Amino acid sequence: MARIWSRFRAVILGVLGILAVVGAWDMYKAFGPEQGVLVGETRILPRTTDLAMPHSWEMLQRFGEPVTALSGAPDAFNAVYDASLFSLGLAARGWVIGVVVGLLLALLMSGFRIVESALLPWVVLSQTVPLIAIAPLVRRWGSEIEIGSYIWTSQDSVAVIAAYLAFFPVAVGALRGLKSPEATHLDLMRAFGVGWWLTLVTLRIPASVPYLLPALRLGAASAVIGAVVAEVSIGLKGGLGRMVIDYAVAASGDPAKPWAPIFGAVAIGLVAAGAIGLLGLALRPFRLTGVAQ
Amino acid sequence: MNHPAIEVRGVNRVFGKGRKQVDALSDVDLTVADGEFVSLIGPSGCGKSTLLRLVADLDVATSGELAVFGKSARQARLDQEYGIAFQQSGLLPWRTVAGNVELPLKLHGVSTEIRRRRVAELLELVGLSDFAKSHPDQLSGGMQQRVAIARALAESPRLLLMDEPFGALDEITRERMQNELVRICAETGAAVLFVTHSIPEAVFLSDRVVVMSPRPGRITGIVDVRADGMVAAHDRSAGARDEEGFFRAVGEVRSLLHGTPAPAVTARGVDSR
Repeated sequence: MARIWSRFRAVILGVLGILAVVGAWDMYKAFGPEQGVLVGETRILPRTTDLAMPHSWEMLQRFGEPVTALSGAPDAFNAVYDASLFSLGLAARGWVIGVVVGLLLALLMSGFRIVESALLPWVVLSQTVPLIAIAPLVRRWGSEIEIGSYIWTSQDSVAVIAAYLAFFPVAVGALRGLKSPEATHLDLMRAFGVGWWLTLVTLRIPASVPYLLPALRLGAASAVIGAVVAEVSIGLKGGLGRMVIDYAVAASGDPAKPWAPIFGAVAIGLVAAGAIGLLGLALRPFRLTGVAQ
Repeated sequence: MNHPAIEVRGVNRVFGKGRKQVDALSDVDLTVADGEFVSLIGPSGCGKSTLLRLVADLDVATSGELAVFGKSARQARLDQEYGIAFQQSGLLPWRTVAGNVELPLKLHGVSTEIRRRRVAELLELVGLSDFAKSHPDQLSGGMQQRVAIARALAESPRLLLMDEPFGALDEITRERMQNELVRICAETGAAVLFVTHSIPEAVFLSDRVVVMSPRPGRITGIVDVRADGMVAAHDRSAGARDEEGFFRAVGEVRSLLHGTPAPAVTARGVDSR
C-alpha cells in the first residue's frame, strides 16, 4: 500500500483533486438555496437551478450527444475535439513566434544596457493594452500584407495575437536568466579568452534554464488564452473561441452545452502545460544551477 | 625563456572620478620570476585582488606598464598563458567534474581524445579520479576548489593566478589544500601569484611575500622567505609550519602589515594567525 502510494502519489492526489471539485459542485447544487447566497443585494454564490448549474454528469453526458437536433450533426465531443485541436494549433504557432521574439528581445537587452533601458518599459507597457483593442488592428494591418503568393489570413492574425501575449513572460524571464551568471563565472569566461557567442552558449543560456522554464510555461498558458480570446474578437470560425459564443446562445434550452467548449479550453491548457513539462524533463541537467530552483 | 612571468612597472589603478575617486593601486612595481611563488597579502582594500585582476586582464590599469611573459596582459590572456582560480570555485553546476575540468580545452577546440587523457591526468593530480562523473553540488567545498585548480591547470599554463582560493574553506581543509598546492606547484613548475589575507598561508606557500597597504593601495615591503635564516621554513613540507624560520618570517610579515619594527626571534610560539 505504502509503495503504491509513493509511486502513484501525484496521480492519486490529482484524481482526488478533480473529485473534490466535482463533489463540491454537486453538493452545493443539491443543498444550496435555489436563489443562491446573497449578501444584501449582491449574490456571492450562484443559483442552483438546472439552468445555472447543470449536474456534472449532465455536462459529461452532453459530450456524447449531437451538437444540434439537425440530422447528421456530429457529437459534441467530436465538435469540441476538432475545435480544441484548431485552437491548440493556433496557440502553438503563437507560442513559437512569441518565444522566438521574446528570446531575441532578451538577448538584445542582456547584451546592451541601453537597449534594455529603452526597450523594457515598452515590453511592460505592451501588456497593458487590452487584447480586444489590438485584435481588430492586427486584422486590418494583416489584411494589407501580401508576400508573394502568400495572403494573410485571420488565422495568422490570431497566432500573432497569441504571440503578443506569449512573448512577454519569455522576454522578462530570459532576460533575468541571461543576466544570472555570477561575476566569477563571467571573469572565468573572459580569462579563457572566449567571446560573446561562446559565453552565451556555454554559460548564459544553460544558466538561464531555471528562469526560462517557468517563463515558457506562463507563455504557453498566455498563448492559449490569447488564441481563444483573439478568435472571439476577430470572429474566426473553427476554434474554441467562436464555439464558446455559439454554444452560449443555446444555454437557455440546453444548459449543459456551453460547458463543453470550456472543458475543451481547460484540456488544451493542460496539454500546453504538459508539453512544457516534457521540455523541462529534457532540460533537467541544466536545472542544477544553484542560482534558483 | 628570458622574460619574467610577471613584470609590473609603475602601475596605477584609479576607480571613480572627482570626490569619489579611489586610488586602488598607486605606483606599483613587482616582478615575478618564472617558476616563482609570490603571495600578495594585506588588509581589505589594499588592492591585492585588483593587482591580480590587472595581470589577468580582467581589469585595465589607469597608467603604467604590465607584461606577462613579455607580452601585454591582453595578449597573454588570449594566448592562455595563465590559469586562474577564485575564492568561489566558479564551477558550472550543470557540468560534471570532468566536464568542468575540460571546459577550457573544449572551448579552445582540443580534440575529445586529448581532452579525455588530460582530464584523467589532472583529476589524478588533485586526487579526484573517483569523482569524474559527479556534479559539483555533490562535492565538499575543498573538493570543489580542487576541481577549480585542476581546471586552472588544464592547459599547462606556466603561470597560475589565485585569488584567495582557500578563503572560504575551514582551517583543517585549508592546511591540507596548502600542502596539495605545494606538491602541485612542484610537479608543474608554474609561477604563482597568490592573493591571501592569511599570514601563515602566505609564508608557508611563498618564495616571496608581498605586503600591501590600503589608501592608496601600494606595496609596503617584500619578505623573501628564502633569505638567510628562513631556508628551513621553505622546504615546504607540512612540518615547515613548526620551524623557527617560519615564525621569523611570519613575524616579519606581520610587522610590515602593522608598520612596527620586526620583533626579535623570540616571537616563536605566538599565535601565528
